[in-house]
Amino acid sequence: MSQHGHHPAPPSPIEQRVAALAALLTERGLLPDGLIDDVTRRYESEIGPMNGAKVVARAWVDPAYRERLLADGTAAIAELGFGGPEGHHLVVVENTDAVHNVIVCTLCSCYPWPVLGLPPAWYKDPPYRARMVREPRALLAEMGCPLPDDVEIRVWDSSAEVRYLVLPRRPGGTDGMTEADLAALVTRDAMIGVARP
Amino acid sequence: MQGLGPVDHSPAEPAFHQPWQGVARALLMTVAGAAKVSGGEFRHAIERMEPGHYLTSDYYEHWLTAAATIAVEHGLVTRAELEGRAGGGFPLSGPVLAPPVADAGPNVDQPRFGVGDRVRVRQWHSPGHTRCPRYVRGKAGTVVRVDGIYSVPDVEAHGTARRAEPTYSVRFDAAELWGDEQRAACVHVDLWDSYLE
Repeated sequence: MSQHGHHPAPPSPIEQRVAALAALLTERGLLPDGLIDDVTRRYESEIGPMNGAKVVARAWVDPAYRERLLADGTAAIAELGFGGPEGHHLVVVENTDAVHNVIVCTLCSCYPWPVLGLPPAWYKDPPYRARMVREPRALLAEMGCPLPDDVEIRVWDSSAEVRYLVLPRRPGGTDGMTEADLAALVTRDAMIGVARP
Repeated sequence: MQGLGPVDHSPAEPAFHQPWQGVARALLMTVAGAAKVSGGEFRHAIERMEPGHYLTSDYYEHWLTAAATIAVEHGLVTRAELEGRAGGGFPLSGPVLAPPVADAGPNVDQPRFGVGDRVRVRQWHSPGHTRCPRYVRGKAGTVVRVDGIYSVPDVEAHGTARRAEPTYSVRFDAAELWGDEQRAACVHVDLWDSYLE
């Protein structure tokens, strides 16, 4: 390994395997020019929790939009221009004083890509996937989201075609805020349901 | 499901930690399109990974392994070519253990159940792909939502036959599911019609 940066580190085994498949698919004419850059750019800058935050902020300021969002998540989210892979059947579940929702995929890593982007590593790891259905109240507390005993926890396991988005409660003291300022308060974790804004 | 450790939570993280991970995403899209694989076949390719490899590799390595496995199984590339280019081993997923589905049976056009109906999940063991989580098999729950009619993963993962059925979101009381004292918690699982009795 170079200490001086003149020689890049040799590729790791996984990088060699990725390069091998990429080269073979390119030679077969199957991998279009520019696809790799395009995919990387889209997931790094266009598809992520900033999209979901816009949906949540709109629902907080516009009661008619909130109603449409809860009645047909896919259509209401498409109104803001978001949709695509892993977002063809979106269901929005609303937190209230009495109910807290949280999403998980116990079988793999299903996640509402158009509004939250690609899932974080911990969402895909076995401890979260197993424990969020086995002991949700204990795990939420451990993750920094303790809930009163009388708040009902609803866990949604994305095991079929629907992908879920949590609509968090609007924080108090935000009455005068603009939609854009409100969107800045909405975190990825609040839309998964492991935090409250 | 027991004895799993803490969730290694991060407040935010990039879509791709390493450039090769974005490439793996593009390669998966390319192979899935060229081989015309169903979602079930793709997920099953990940499930067929050698367990030690699956547990010690990340999400993107799962994608790469599934993409390479499908590329070999559909004749887009050979294993020898992959290993030659990678300059070493190229672990692929294990063989399909379930026989191809020859006759998928008729589509189910009408939901058998409605919101509020009490249902029980069939108790069976699938040698191949399924989207029925083990932890609800044999358990009783209540239908809370009737969703659209979708291709059954157990069928589409194993050949070209297809059967479509209604899907439901079924609510299970956590204390009933796990036989413990958990209060005010429920788990919703989305299930195909034929998973239920």
